[in-house]
Amino acid sequence: MPTTILIPTPLRPYTNKSASVEVEGRTVGEALENLVRTHDRLRGHLYGDDGKLRSFVNIYVNESDIRYLQKEETLLKPKDTIAIVPSVAGGSATLTHEEIRRYSRHLIMPEVGLEGQRKLKAARVLCIGAGGLGSPATLYLAAAGVGTIGLVDFDVVDFSNLQRQILHSTGDVGRSKLESAAERLAGINPGVHIETHETALNSSNALEILQNYDVIVDGTDNFPTRYLVNDACVLLRKPNVYGSIFRFEGQASVFAVPDAPCYRCLYAEPPPPGLVPSCAEGGVLGVLPGIIGTIQATEAIKLILGAGETLVGRLLLLDALRMHFRELKLRRDPNCPICGEHPTIHELIDYEQFCGVPAHEGAVATAADILVNELKEKLDRGDDLLIVDVREPLEYQINRIPGSILIPLGDLPGRVRELDGNREIVVHCKTGGRSARAVEFLKGAGFRRVHNLKGGIVQWVTQIDTSQPTY
Amino acid sequence: MILPNAIVESIARFAREAYPYECCGALLGADALIMEALPIANSSDEPKERRFRIRPEDFQRAERRAEQQQLELLGFYHSHPNHAAHPSAYDLEHAWPNLIYVILSIDSQRTGDLTAWLLRDDRSRFEPVEVRRGEPDANHNFDSHAAASLHK
Repeated sequence: MPTTILIPTPLRPYTNKSASVEVEGRTVGEALENLVRTHDRLRGHLYGDDGKLRSFVNIYVNESDIRYLQKEETLLKPKDTIAIVPSVAGGSATLTHEEIRRYSRHLIMPEVGLEGQRKLKAARVLCIGAGGLGSPATLYLAAAGVGTIGLVDFDVVDFSNLQRQILHSTGDVGRSKLESAAERLAGINPGVHIETHETALNSSNALEILQNYDVIVDGTDNFPTRYLVNDACVLLRKPNVYGSIFRFEGQASVFAVPDAPCYRCLYAEPPPPGLVPSCAEGGVLGVLPGIIGTIQATEAIKLILGAGETLVGRLLLLDALRMHFRELKLRRDPNCPICGEHPTIHELIDYEQFCGVPAHEGAVATAADILVNELKEKLDRGDDLLIVDVREPLEYQINRIPGSILIPLGDLPGRVRELDGNREIVVHCKTGGRSARAVEFLKGAGFRRVHNLKGGIVQWVTQIDTSQPTY
Repeated sequence: MILPNAIVESIARFAREAYPYECCGALLGADALIMEALPIANSSDEPKERRFRIRPEDFQRAERRAEQQQLELLGFYHSHPNHAAHPSAYDLEHAWPNLIYVILSIDSQRTGDLTAWLLRDDRSRFEPVEVRRGEPDANHNFDSHAAASLHK
């Protein structure tokens, strides 16, 4: 006597669209064997290579699962109905075999393991800046298997970057930093998804960009952006892995974790503009961002894994000249304007203004400014001019404007008497920042005819005297 | 396969509600047009962050609902939290033929890509299925009442 087998929707294309098939069989096993014998294309979908029913194929006799009867030995009675009922299963990838080989040194560590590696793969880290700090940080984050790495930068690779920005190669000079970085990171780990944001981070785009990431790595080189990143991280409650470098010195910490101090708790106000020289003005040992950037990568990975103790509440200070690490305990400031008890900052502000940097420095000439071509004309005319270079002696050795005298900005108050107040004075530095402060000082000291050379010696060399090098 | 925006939005909502777990459900419709996304409980015994399972009784329920609505059971959807919308080896191993597998990638912030797949007859791999989004055109006899009933 034939038994009816009910066929589920996905298998009906193999039974001429029939919802049921009549087969002979003494047991369930025999009936199913007769079914696949007459409908051969069903076999691979019902049975695995081992000849056993697949785990997601459920066989019911009348209303009972044969797993709870005698399985395929279950005897059939007249008028019994067999139903093939799918269970549907699936899910996302864990780690591929290739990934297991790639991350094997992580996988055997108790702090990482398969679970941790999956967390890294699922993580999204944003690095602000593809320069000195961003280079080692993102190279190691990519190698470690952080699934998504975002990069914010708008610059092009310059020769002067290559001494420390190891994301970029000599052949990349002139190319977009993000393009160069994305290529390098993909070369290290093609499994990492790179998201590039080719823009200057500012108050109107920061929240939108940062909100899509779990951890922010601050690789910026200026105060306005550093305060901007801090405030955006506090508002979005995202950890801010901070690093900064100057000459042989470095700092690192983790800010903006809820209930922990932020960058403003440490430095409520930015230094007066020009007081703290930037790396472009004061220099930096090329290796130093390598040390600090990899500390930032380490902290980002620990935050993702939830492993160990991060630099939350601690400021790590490095003096590489003495090779000395120190640590300062940081406390959350209850009066902090952004993360304190009664915050006064509820949205992003104008950080250029906050840090006293005129918007687009030097873009608009002030009355005290003189352009390089104007200076050239004056010199060619033989005007009586005193050119004061306020850079450091090492910079003066690299290039100079003929006839200029060197008085480093720091020495100016002590040597101001050397200057003749009746002569017209043009002050310059590398790009115009320090000289602007010198002009301000000289005016305060009673000098009337003082000009700031717009764009500094860099502009002079670029436009007027290309025989000299720039730095 | 045509996937009306309203259905995509329902799947995205189910995926967000289930996050960080995988969500799953059946897709009912006619011909190539999906008309209903029927959410089904994820009954996986394994971590639901990366596994889903639809029990046989829920499969039958979906089949019955399709019959009642005079629709077909066209496939299933599931989400991939923090993973790409690409079928995994596990998906392949457990796949049924002749059903469209729709996968939606999602992370803690947003839903990502939505893709659709069909198992090859020899079970060797999935073939991508072209997904046409948007509102169906008149030729596809789309019953707006059926779609509206999903969103109660």
